[in-house]
Amino acid sequence: MAMSGGVDSSLAAALLAERGEDVVGVWMRLVPDGGDADAPRCCGTGTAGEQARRAADAIGIPFYALDYAELFGRAVVDRFVEAYAAGETPNPCLACNAHVKFDALLGDVVRKLGGARLATGHYARVDTAPDGRRRLLRARDAAKDQSYALYMLGPDALARVELPIGELRDKAETRALAARYGLPNAGAAESQDICFVPADHRALVRARAPEAFRPGPLERTDGTVVGRHPGIGALTVGQRRGVGAAAGERLYVLRLEPERNRVVVGTRVEVTATRHALRDVRFTAGRPPAARFAARAMLRYRGDLVPAEIAVEGDSAVVLLERPALVAPGQAIVLYEGDEVLGGGVVRRAA
Amino acid sequence: MGRVYLDHAATTPVDPEVADAMARVLRGTHGNPSSIHAEGRAARALVDRAREEVASAIGAEPSEIVFTGGGTEADNLALRGVLRARRADGTGLVTTAIEHHAVIDTANDLAATSDGARVTVLAVDRDGLLDPAVLERALDLRTVLVSVVHGNNEIGTVQPLDLLGAICRRRGITFHTDAIQSVGALPFDVRVLPVDLVSMNAHKFYGPKGVGALYVRRGTRLATVQTGGGQERGRRTGTENVAGIVGLGVALRLAAARRTTESARQSALRDRLIAGILGRVPAAILTGHPVLRLPNHASFCFPGVRGDELVIACDLEGFAVASGSACTAGETEPSPVLLALGLDPASARGSLRVTVGRGTTAAQVDAFVTALPPIVARLRDGHRAAPGSSVTAPVASPRT
Repeated sequence: MAMSGGVDSSLAAALLAERGEDVVGVWMRLVPDGGDADAPRCCGTGTAGEQARRAADAIGIPFYALDYAELFGRAVVDRFVEAYAAGETPNPCLACNAHVKFDALLGDVVRKLGGARLATGHYARVDTAPDGRRRLLRARDAAKDQSYALYMLGPDALARVELPIGELRDKAETRALAARYGLPNAGAAESQDICFVPADHRALVRARAPEAFRPGPLERTDGTVVGRHPGIGALTVGQRRGVGAAAGERLYVLRLEPERNRVVVGTRVEVTATRHALRDVRFTAGRPPAARFAARAMLRYRGDLVPAEIAVEGDSAVVLLERPALVAPGQAIVLYEGDEVLGGGVVRRAA
Repeated sequence: MGRVYLDHAATTPVDPEVADAMARVLRGTHGNPSSIHAEGRAARALVDRAREEVASAIGAEPSEIVFTGGGTEADNLALRGVLRARRADGTGLVTTAIEHHAVIDTANDLAATSDGARVTVLAVDRDGLLDPAVLERALDLRTVLVSVVHGNNEIGTVQPLDLLGAICRRRGITFHTDAIQSVGALPFDVRVLPVDLVSMNAHKFYGPKGVGALYVRRGTRLATVQTGGGQERGRRTGTENVAGIVGLGVALRLAAARRTTESARQSALRDRLIAGILGRVPAAILTGHPVLRLPNHASFCFPGVRGDELVIACDLEGFAVASGSACTAGETEPSPVLLALGLDPASARGSLRVTVGRGTTAAQVDAFVTALPPIVARLRDGHRAAPGSSVTAPVASPRT
């Protein structure tokens, strides 16, 4: 049981234990002892570890602290900085799930600790279809669904993953159960939506990648220079700018170009698109339903679902949305059929 | 079989006779030993008796025993107290590369602060032994204190205190030994051993936690560290932990009485365990001296595994053991003591310490010897699997 110190994973552990499962709590240290502003607010700090340990003790299960700080630094924090410097808007939760939680931790739990499965406190569900295929599904409570962050799990991982709290109806049920189990963190604030957003991510990126904070030209798509930008590391695609007062229209960041240190801005119409290219595409079944197929696309965490047509080639894909939308490069588009997560990929920078 | 506790170097269970004696104190004798009245005198008498028990166990006079809040405090008192008291003679402190943190961190602190101690750290050989000639060469006219651990807690090696102490005595240098791991298990007689200060800690010899003692040979100059009411002849002030002190006295008396038979019994179990592990785990290294080691102490390094994972895996199978490596900053840090033996960091990371005790049986040792090899094999395989493998790659089948 991957315990974060928060009420969700603690409750999941309690549910499993009550069910009679042989549960062992593990907590991932993600920042070095005495770590700093890079600390993920969710789960990686010493305080979180203390809370996880106390919850495990309240439930009566063994508890171990496992150190993944070095891997987290490389696979999540470094990539986070590099993405911003390259003009993308990363979602570090996805990197953590892909490389730390459901890769290194899952591997260690199975290979080294002799565990059969890894459970987490994510609001999502895994079940087994009649044909034996493992399916990743949205949580019963759509308002709390976190299946978006798990799109990259393949058949082998899903075979080893358990998500106990995705079945819960709503927040009220969660809190009632937590209180009933006497969990020390039952009254704590809601777990963070995004686990790793440093208080000021710009400061982190600026410290590590100062080259991304050189001012440069702000241009329209036709090349007209409309101002200066403070550095591509300070901006996000889709961000509104106060420029264009003379033109009397609202302008949005369309594209960040680190090669020319240029930021291209445009009107709302200009910055939205129906066509989005994806890289690092993954499917929960291990392969796409077909080379071309229809699905509903979620464009950001907790976003709306938009009907779309998807064409897959290798680990790339092109998504054609029914209506134009703004999607920042570096974010993920996750594809659903009904409640089931088919898979997804990372949005490439627009050409 | 139930759980098997093999971490007696970390702490020992409280002997029932000790617990009973302490309970009687807690329930019946509440006085402050410093009080003039009858209640105070009753408590004072208990402390006096415990002091006699401790003194008798090591061949000392009762007036030479100072009770402290534990072994770390005893080490602190010894180092800080001697350096401060002998400041006019010099500031040199010589110690070894295999001391417990309580000694080495205190020494470093003394060097860094306004006390300005000159600290020399001596290397040991690959079995962890300090060569008396190396010690001799390191001493000069301004050295005032030498501190050498008697039995090291990580690797078990026992130092030749008689030779080392004699060198110090010839030069008028105060000689302290951290005997926390050894005093309950090895013969210890200060009438024969040329030691001036000896640190002891009750919870290592079946006594309670939170109480220890420092032997201070008559004539040794020692300044106080903790200031206050003047108890313990001003050497360690503060109202005495009467129940704890009583427990310490009983525990050490019992340990001394049982020492010969218990140490023989435990060293036989230790040797059985060592032979079993070396025979069944490929590439296992025994750390510390093969013969001159604490009777209950076995320590190994297994290249290709991480010590913390080893401890977790053993715990999940019901065996309580320990590792010398500490987990910090993303990578398991190998222990400085193991590195001081000349072990390479990769091997040093896979350290395991197994220490038997009064409750250990041959059946328990055999069970551990049977359980460990598959654990090591599984962890070695787990490390060999490519790190950062794709989540869609097949995972290994569950362990059989």
